[in-house]
Amino acid sequence: MQLLLESLFNGVAIGSVLLVAALGLAIVFGLMGVINLAHGELIMLGAYTTYVVQLIFKLPALQPVYNAYVLVAIPLAFIVSGVVGILLERTVIRRLYGNPLETLLATWGVSLILQQFVRSVPLAYAAGLVLALVLGFSLPIVLPGQLLDRPRARLVRAGSWLVSALAGVLLAGGLASQISRIARATSRNVDVTAPKWMRGGIELSGMIFPVPRLVIIVITILAVLGITWFLNRSVWGMRIRAVTQNRSMSDCLGISTDTVDVLTFGIGSGLAGIAGVAVSLLGSVGPNVGTSYIVGCFMVVVLGGVGNLFGTVLASFAIGVLTDLIGAGRLLSIWPSMPAPLASVVDFFATTSMAQVMVFALIVVFLQFRPAGLFPQRGRMVEA
Amino acid sequence: MLQAFQQHRWPLVIVWVLIIAAIVAAPAVLPVFGLKLLGRFLSLSIVALGIDLIWGFTGLLSLGQGIFFALGGYAVAMYLQLNSSSEQPNGIPEFFSLYGVDQLPGFWQPFYSPWFTLIAIWLIPALLAALLGNLVFRNRIKGVYFSILTQAALLVFFNFFNGQQKLINGTNGLKTGVTKLFGEEVGSDLMQRGFFWLTALIVILAWLAVRWVVRGRFGEVLIAIRDDEPRLRFAGYNPTLFKTIVFAMAGGLAGIGGALYTVQSGIVSPQYMTVPYSIDMVIWVAVGGRGTLIGAILGALVINLVKFQFQSLWPEGWLFVLGGLFILVVTVLPEGVIGWLQAGGPRNLLTRLGVPRRIGTYPRLEIDGKEEAKS
Repeated sequence: MQLLLESLFNGVAIGSVLLVAALGLAIVFGLMGVINLAHGELIMLGAYTTYVVQLIFKLPALQPVYNAYVLVAIPLAFIVSGVVGILLERTVIRRLYGNPLETLLATWGVSLILQQFVRSVPLAYAAGLVLALVLGFSLPIVLPGQLLDRPRARLVRAGSWLVSALAGVLLAGGLASQISRIARATSRNVDVTAPKWMRGGIELSGMIFPVPRLVIIVITILAVLGITWFLNRSVWGMRIRAVTQNRSMSDCLGISTDTVDVLTFGIGSGLAGIAGVAVSLLGSVGPNVGTSYIVGCFMVVVLGGVGNLFGTVLASFAIGVLTDLIGAGRLLSIWPSMPAPLASVVDFFATTSMAQVMVFALIVVFLQFRPAGLFPQRGRMVEA
Repeated sequence: MLQAFQQHRWPLVIVWVLIIAAIVAAPAVLPVFGLKLLGRFLSLSIVALGIDLIWGFTGLLSLGQGIFFALGGYAVAMYLQLNSSSEQPNGIPEFFSLYGVDQLPGFWQPFYSPWFTLIAIWLIPALLAALLGNLVFRNRIKGVYFSILTQAALLVFFNFFNGQQKLINGTNGLKTGVTKLFGEEVGSDLMQRGFFWLTALIVILAWLAVRWVVRGRFGEVLIAIRDDEPRLRFAGYNPTLFKTIVFAMAGGLAGIGGALYTVQSGIVSPQYMTVPYSIDMVIWVAVGGRGTLIGAILGALVINLVKFQFQSLWPEGWLFVLGGLFILVVTVLPEGVIGWLQAGGPRNLLTRLGVPRRIGTYPRLEIDGKEEAKS
C-alpha cells in the first residue's frame, strides 16, 4: 500500500512538471492550431530567470529576504517568457497563420537562436535586453492616452523606447558589475540552489515527501486553477474560448481576434516561464534544458486532446504515473510474484529512457481508439 | 535539350550540367578527405529526396526521418562488423566482450548474409515506416499531430539505441572504418573512392525513380492529398494507402542514404537519431525548394557544405545562421531557391527594381494575366 502511494506521489510529481509545461502549449495549440517548438526554450528562459533572480537576492542588500526569491522568480519568469512569446507571435507566427507546418519550422528556428543566445550572450546583458523590451512594450499602454493622440505621438513613442533602452543598459551594466558570475557568457550548466525552507522532506506516516516536489505540485495546482478561472470567468477568457471554437464567427461578432491571439500566446508562453521555475528547482539549468521536456509536452497535448483543459491535466498525470511505474521498475515490487517472462520484460523497460519507449507505444495504441485524444474538440467540419 | 531551354527550364539544365561535371571531376580534383565529405553530403541528399517526396508532394512533414536513416546505417554496420570479426573471441564483434556478452543476440544472425543486408538496408526502414505511418494515417491523424508523433517516435528510437549497450553498443555506436569488405578495409582510399562513385550513381538513380513516381498518376494522387485530402477521399480514393506507400518509400530512401553515409563517415551511432538532426533534414529541402526534386538534392549539398565551413571558422555562429534560415525560408521564400527560380523569381525581382520586362505577343496577359481589351 505504501509502495503504491509512493509511486503515485512520484507519478504526480513528474506529471505536475509536465502539466505546467504543457498547459501553455495546449492552450495555444487549441486556439491557433500552432505547435510552438520554441516552447522548450521559453521554459529554459524561465529557468534562467530564476537563476538570475537567485543571484540578485544573494547581494548583500537583499540577503535578509533571500529565502523568498522563489516568490519573486515566479512572476518575473512569467513576464520574461511571456514577453519573448509575444515578440515571437508579433514578428513570426502571425505571418504564418493557416500554415501550421511552416509555423513548426519557423518556431524551431527561433528555438535554435534562443539556445545559442543564452550560450553566447552574458546573462546580465540578456536581462537588460528583456527589461528594455518589457518597458518598451508596456510604456505606450501605460502612458495616458492624450499623450499618444497628439501630433507628437511618434516622438513620445520614440522617447519611451529610448527610456526603456536606457533602463536596460543600466540594468545590464549594474548586474554585470555587481555579479561577476553572469557578466560573461558561458555554455555550461548552472545550478539554482533552493532556499533553506525548500530543502529536505516532510515525513508523513512513514513516507518522506521532498519539499521541492511539493512546491512544484502547489505551483502547478495554482497555475491550473488560475488558468481555469481566467478562461471560464473573465471577459477575455470567454473571448479566447469563443475564438477557439469558431474563429471567423467570433471575428464577425466583434471580438478582436488579433488581441486574443497575442494575449493567448503571451499567457501560454508565460506559463512556460513558470514551468521553467519548477524545472530549475529539480536539476541544473542549461541551454538544452527545455529540449528534454518538450517531447513529453507534445505527448500530453496529443493524448489529452485540445477540447478541454481537463484532458491536459489527466494526460499529464497519466503519463507521469506510467513513467514512474514502468521506469522505476515499481511493478515488480508491487507484484513480486510476477511470472518470470513478464518480469524480464518489466525489467527490460525499467529505466527512465526505456519507460519513454513504453509510454510512447501505449500512446500510439491509445490513439488507435481515440485518434483525437481524450477530449477532442467537437465540430462539424470534415477536417475534424 | 533545346526544348528544355525554350520552356524556362534553363535553371534545371544548368544545375544538372554542374552536378554531373562535379561528380566526374571530383575524384580527380579532390583529396580523399574532401571526396569523403562530398560523398557523405550526396548520401544525405538521398534522404532529402525522400523528404521532398513526402513533404513537398504529399504534404506530410515528418520530423523523424533520422530513424530510417540510422536504421539503414545500423544494417550495413552490423554486416560489416560481423564480416570482419572472425578473429575476435567467440567470433563476434569486439565490443560485446566489454559488456560480458559471449553470444550473438538473435537479431544479429541474419546480417551474416550480404544479400540479406543489401535488402535490409532499405526494406527494414520501409517496413517500419509503413507500420508507423499506417497506424497514424488510418486514424486520419495528420498535419501537426503527425509531425510531433514522428518526432516522439524518433526520441523513442534514440532512447532505445542509446540505452542498449548489450545489444547494439549503445551510445558508442558501431564503427565501420577498420572493418573489411571484399578483403579491403572500408576506410581505405580505394574503397572510399568506390563508395563515392556508388553514392553519386545512386543519387541519380534515386532522382530518376522519384521523378518517375511523382510524374505519373500516383504522383497526381499525392499532390491531391497535399492540396485537398477530404476531396480526394470523397472522390473514392483511399488516402491512407497512398500515404502509407509514400511514407514507406521515403523511409527506404532514408535507409539507403544512411547506409551510404555510414560507410563514408566510418561510424553509425544514436547521434543520427537526435531530434535536431532530423529537423535539419527538413530545412535542406525547404531551402532548396520543396516540390522540386533537384532543389532537395542541392539544398542538402549546399547547406551541409556551408555548415562544414562554419564549424571550422565560427562554430558559435552556425546555430544563429541555421535558426535564421528556418525563419527566413518559411516567411520570405516558402517555395525555396529552386522553386523561386522556376517561378520566374529573378525576372519579377528585376521588374520590381524598375528594369522593364521584355514584352511578348500578349503583353498584358504576361504581366497581370488579363487579356487586353479590344479597342
